[in-house]
Parts: sequence; C-alpha cells; structure tokens
Amino acid sequence: MSTSADPTGVPRGNGLSGLLCTGLSALLFVWFLTLAPQIADGASLRYVIEWVPSLGISLSFLLDGLSLTFALLISGIGALVFLYSNTYLAGHPQFDRFMLFLFSFMLSMLGLVLADNLIALFVFWELTTITSYLLIGFGHETAKGRRSALQALFVTGAGALALLAGFILLGMTMGTFELSEILARGDELKAHAYYIPILLLILAGTFTKSAQFPFHFWLPNAMAAPTPVSAFLHSATMVKAGVYLMARLHPGMSGTDMWMWTLTIFGAVTAVAASIFALRQTDLKQALAYTTLMALGTLMLFLGQQSSYAITAFATFLIVHSLYKAALFLVVGCIDHATGTREADVLGGLGRVMPFTAIAAALAALSMAGFPPFLGFIGKELKYAGALGVASEPLFVVGAVLLANALMFAVAGVVAFRPFWRKAGGALPKTPHEAPWPMLAGPVILAVLGTVFGIYPDLLERSLVAPTVASLLGEIEDAKELKLWAGVNMPLLLSIVTVVSGAIIYAVHRQARTMLERMDAATPSFDAGWDRFLDGFKALAAWQTGVIQSGVLRKYMFVTFVTVLVGMGGTMMARGLGLTVPDFSDATGQSVALVLMILGGALLATLTSSRIAAMAALGVVGIAVAMVFIVFSAPDVAITQLLVETLVVVLVAVALLRLPTLDSGGRHWRPWDALLALGVGTVVTLTLLAVLATPLDRRLTDYFEITSWPEAFGRNIVNVILVDFRALDTFGEIAVVVIAALSAYALLRTTTTKGQGK
Amino acid sequence: MEALLAIAIGVLVAASVYLMLARNVLRFIFGLVLISNAANLTIFVAGRLTTGAPPLIAEGAEAPAGLVANALPQALVLTAIVIGFGLFAFALVLMFRAYTTLGTLYSDEMRVAEPRPEDER
Repeated sequence: MSTSADPTGVPRGNGLSGLLCTGLSALLFVWFLTLAPQIADGASLRYVIEWVPSLGISLSFLLDGLSLTFALLISGIGALVFLYSNTYLAGHPQFDRFMLFLFSFMLSMLGLVLADNLIALFVFWELTTITSYLLIGFGHETAKGRRSALQALFVTGAGALALLAGFILLGMTMGTFELSEILARGDELKAHAYYIPILLLILAGTFTKSAQFPFHFWLPNAMAAPTPVSAFLHSATMVKAGVYLMARLHPGMSGTDMWMWTLTIFGAVTAVAASIFALRQTDLKQALAYTTLMALGTLMLFLGQQSSYAITAFATFLIVHSLYKAALFLVVGCIDHATGTREADVLGGLGRVMPFTAIAAALAALSMAGFPPFLGFIGKELKYAGALGVASEPLFVVGAVLLANALMFAVAGVVAFRPFWRKAGGALPKTPHEAPWPMLAGPVILAVLGTVFGIYPDLLERSLVAPTVASLLGEIEDAKELKLWAGVNMPLLLSIVTVVSGAIIYAVHRQARTMLERMDAATPSFDAGWDRFLDGFKALAAWQTGVIQSGVLRKYMFVTFVTVLVGMGGTMMARGLGLTVPDFSDATGQSVALVLMILGGALLATLTSSRIAAMAALGVVGIAVAMVFIVFSAPDVAITQLLVETLVVVLVAVALLRLPTLDSGGRHWRPWDALLALGVGTVVTLTLLAVLATPLDRRLTDYFEITSWPEAFGRNIVNVILVDFRALDTFGEIAVVVIAALSAYALLRTTTTKGQGK
Repeated sequence: MEALLAIAIGVLVAASVYLMLARNVLRFIFGLVLISNAANLTIFVAGRLTTGAPPLIAEGAEAPAGLVANALPQALVLTAIVIGFGLFAFALVLMFRAYTTLGTLYSDEMRVAEPRPEDER
C-alpha cells in the first residue's frame, strides 16, 4: 500500500530537488511571517495583475488574517513535509517527479487561499485537484492507487464544475468577479433571488473538496498516496480548501437559515459519523484519515454559525488540527518506515526504540485528545463555548461536538499511545529503529508548537486567530480570548465529561471495533456505491453509443434526413414562410411532358424490382433533366448532362454484370421511410417555391454579362465563368474528379484475396 | 413553369430519399444519382428559366443583346454535375468492392469494422 522506496537503505542522495523545494517553501514561510505584524494590525494587502480585463477577470491577490493563516500553514507544513520526503522517499526512482507534483501543489494551494478573484480562485482550485490526482496516483502501478486517484479526481472535479457554475452565477449577479467587492455587498447578495442557487452550487464544490458526508468516501481512499502527501494534502491543506472557501464567503453569504442549517447539519453528521468510522480502523493512517473527516465536519459546523465564540473556535481549531494532524501523519510515516507496518494490532513497544518519535506522537496526541496545557485543550474549550453559543439548537451541536471529541480522544490513544507503550500484538516485519532527523524534524516541531501555543496562547491569538476572526466578522475585537484556565464553567465540565467518556471508549475500543465492523457490513457502503455508480455510468455510455453510433447505414441516413426535414421545415415555419399559390399558367405541353418523364422515371426507379428497369428509369430521368436544360437555354449544361448520364448508365450496367439481382433479399414496403421521403420532398418543393416568390438578385449575372467580353474575351458567358472568373473552382472540381478516379482505381486494383466472404 | 418543376424536384427528392433509406446499397446508389439530379435542377430553377436565349454574346457585340438566360446557375450546375458524377463513380466502385469482399449488398450486414457483440462470438 505504501509506495515509499526501499526503507532499508541508508538515505541516498536525491539530487537537489528535495532540498531546493524545502528551501523555497521555508523562504515563502519566512516571507509570509514578515507580513504577519502588518496583518495583525488590521491591514490587508492587495495585489492585482490584469488577466482578461474584457471579462472582468484579473489575477488579484488578497492577504488578510484568514489567507495569512492558511498561507503560513501551507508554506510552513510544506517546508517540513519536503524535508521529510527527502528522506522518506530517498532513492525513489521517481523522486524528482514527486517533488515537482508536491511543489506545484503547494503553489496552487497558496494561489487558492490568496486569490481575490473568483475565476482565478477557481483556476487554482482545479490546479490543486489535478496535482492531488497526480500525487494520490503516485503509486500508479497498483490498481488501488489508480482507482483512488481517479475517485478523488471525479468526486472533487464534479464538485468543481458545480462550483464554477456557482462562481459564474455569483459574478453575473453581482456584476464583478472580485471577491472583496462581492463580500462587501453581502446584504444585496443575500436578498437576491439567485442567492440559494449560488449557495447550493458552491456548497456542492466545497463539500466534495472537503469530503463532507455524503462525499466523504474519497478521502480515506486517498491514503493510497505516500504518507507525506497524506500529511500535507489530506490533513493540513487541500481538504481544507472547501473549509477555506466557506470561511472566505462567510462575511458575504452567512447568516441565512439556509447557510446555517446546511453547514450545521452536514458538519455535525460528518463529524460524528467519521469519528465512529475512525475507531473501526486498524490501519493507523486510515484511522487518522477518518479523524480528519471529523475535523473538517467540525470546522464546517462552526462556519455555519455567526457568534464570535464559534468563529474563534473555528480559527483556533483550524490551526490546532493542522499542527497535530500533520505531526501524527508524519509520525505514522516514521512508524511505517521503521517497522514496515501500520497495523494497530501488530504494533507495540516502540517507545524505547523510537523515543523522539514517541515524544512527538505523545505531544501531538495529547493536543488532539484535548489535554491541558496543549493548544488542543484551548481549541476544545472554545469549541464547547462556541457550541453552547449556537442560538438555535445548542443541544444538538453540543452533543455532536461532545461525541466527536470523546471518540477523538479514544482514537488519539489508539494511534499515539498503543504503538509506543503497549506490548506488540505480533511480530514486526522489520526491526524498528529511530527515524533519521529530517523525518523527526517535522513531527517534533509541529508537536512542540502545539505545546508552546498552548502555554502561551497569546502569541497565537494576536498574530493569527484574531486577524482570522476579523476577516470573517469584520471586527478584531470580536475575537474571544484564548485562555488555558477560564475558571470552572460549562466548557470545562464538558471537557471532563469528554475525557472520561473518551477513556471508557478507549478501554473498550477493540470490542467496539468488532461491533462496528458488523454494523458496517450491514449498512450499504458508499465506496461500493461509487463502484456501482461508475459501472452504471459506463453501461449507460455503452448503451447510448450503441443507440447513436449503431453502425447501421439506414439509421444514420434516417437521422440525417429527419434533421433536414426538421431543420428546413422548422425554419420555414418559424420564419412564417407559408404556402404561396404556385402559378401553373405558363406551363406548355412540352414542359408538362418533360415533367411527366421525370416523375415517371423517379417512380419507376423507386418501385421496380428489376435492375434493368431501374437502370432505364435512371436514364429516363437523366435525359429528361438534360432536355430541361436544352429547353431553358442551357446548351452547355445539357451536353455535359447527356455525357454524364450516358456514363452513369454504362457504369451501372458494367457493375450489374457482377452483382446479384436486386431482390435477393426481398423487397418490402417501408411506410416510415416513405413518410419521411414525402416530408423531405415536400419541404424541398415548398422551399423552392418560397425562393421563387422572392425577387431575383441578378447583380452577379449582370457583372458577368458585361465583363465577359471586354475583360475575358469570351462570348460564351458560362464558359468564361468556369475557366476565367471562377477558374479556381473548376480546378478544385477537376481535383475532386481525379481523386475519385484514383480512389476507384485503387479499390479495384487491390486483390480480393483478403476478402472475408461469408 | 418554375412551379411545375419545383413539384417535379420534390418528387425526385422524395424518391431518392426513399431509395437511400433502403438496405440494399445498390438502391442507395440509385437514390444518389436521383438526388444529384434533383440538386442540379434546384439550382437551375432557382436562377429562373428563360426559353430560347442562351447566355451568349453575339459576334461584334460587347454584351448580350436583350435578356438572356441566367449564366451563373448554369456555371454552378455544370460544376455540380461533374462532381456529382465523381461521387457517384466512387460510390459505385466502393459498393462493388464491398460486394466482392463481403459478399453482400446489404448495409446492415457490413460489420467488419464494428462487429456486433453477437458477431464476435
């Protein structure tokens, strides 16, 4: 499952790409850090490059509290992940490719959180989708890797299409694609009739991207990616893109019942369901993946609210989660790297061999479980305070958060306590060893940060949390204080309940797991549903291809003629070109005879079952047409027509010598074809009559008549047109005939020995 | 007179459409011949009909004297007749070749490139 390189060898050199990426991301991180004081003072930076000015699309970037928090998380965790990967994937034959994908991803993600233009944001959004597809499918030699990558691409890509539609609708409604302008006119937007369609389309995009129920199934599958990718994309950054967008739109779009209820309900359901699923997993990485879902659900839930407590809880938990989750993923990568397995039941006793990993894991897990004095504790207290502050249904929200937190406590134990401090459940595939320092740097730094911020919450509050809250709510004073000890209050009591119930769940988690497995087997699986959906989709595609591309000439012809009928007839009706009474007064006996010849020939050719009769009928029609040309002053045309008709009859006669008689398959009356034929014929006649009812435009003819002799020195005007005025046309005509002759020659020349005659 | 020919053209088109919808590709080719005749006539008639005055310039004159037949559609039809013949000749050879190779004149049975599932077994 893991696609890491051979973990036995001493890390070999990877060339410069790994260190280069690490250095660049660290530089970016430092650069963003230098901008932090300005942002903390309430400023926001904007930078605009014109892109497609005619469409109102520009590459505009905005750095405020929210985007700065994300940018710091992305570049900071990115630098650590690059450093980690340089060792984790040491010697991997496609290491450079991996770095390219991961670095492109990081840049796209930064673009996403900094973009201030809807279209630019969408472009970066899709770039993260594509790079994440490449990263999940990095282990493309396994079917599982390919399937997971494709699944993630389809689910998030389908959501992105809805998102694009939502963005375009939003831009059209508000008359601008600039986010900051749109959000400043939030009341106007919320009152607009298109508010609900816009919101639904955007939710489709963000829920798929952030793996909210019922689109959650792709995220655990995405764990097929190498562990550093999971740590980066599927915990700290990409899956938070949906959360980011909802937070970005919060000032302009939140506050309606629709917003509040959708986010609250989907967030809560995702959080609780994911925590239960997390307990079920025995693979450490899978367990973490599900707790990520839980975190995403919780973040969505808080974004549904308006209160400053809820938003402060959002901002804090966003940072808490990124820190401990990235750390734990990297720890699991270390364990996998060192022991060759990620099975919770097998692992054990690693505390002594891998002390630093164990410490990082413990710090991160304590933060995750919400113990003081870690940042996770503050995050949890704020979550409870925020949940209690939910105006409409505090009990529902508090219950969901409490359940999710208790389950998370248990999962933290499974992931970070058992493998290190309990006895091993089986023989390890490899003798464990402590991870090398580049792989320890990430988890240790992140875990320590979680501790430091827990002890000195002020640091975080002033620099990041308060500015983020200000981005969402507008006022920096709205941010609630981050405190370790807030006195004995309701959140503290709830925390105690959490720890107690979490400990109980941990104690019985193995029994619970078997029960959950049974439950899971009994309920329909979304993942299998996905497969069924894809199969059904492919079957539908095959079916419609069979219908449209039947490979039967008759059907193609039928559709073509129906199109002619509807296209011509429909246009005539739409234009109101009705019936004009035809004028037959000028019909002479001669012309009536010619028309009768044509009619007779056509009917005979259609109805006869004799080849000779059909041939003769074609001849009659051809001669009659030639005579029409003679009667109506077109001698040149008539000569050509006679020549061609003769050739046609000769050629058909020659071919018929070798062909079977016409009726070998039986002739039958085809009423539908006859109806269609009559329809097309009628429409052609009516069209021609309508044309004849309009005055003739003779300008071209007049020009040819006047210039034929003075300019081209020809007395036969038709001839002059063909060989002089429109000589190029004639040349093309000759070319067509030559090509037809050559192809016919080639068809006849090739021997028929390869034939598959039946 | 144009009106009468317009009806004749309609009948020609109807006959050729019916023929081109047949299973037998020989009938299809008959339809092809008829429909190119119909198309040529349509162009010709749409340019209006004139009797007894071909578009020629008399010796010594600079331009035709009086009203002569419309030269433009005649030129177009001339080109169309030749190209129509090219198409017909190629289609005929193709059909002939298909028959010698596949042994059938029925388009439904010509499934070498896109075999039906039941044919593959």
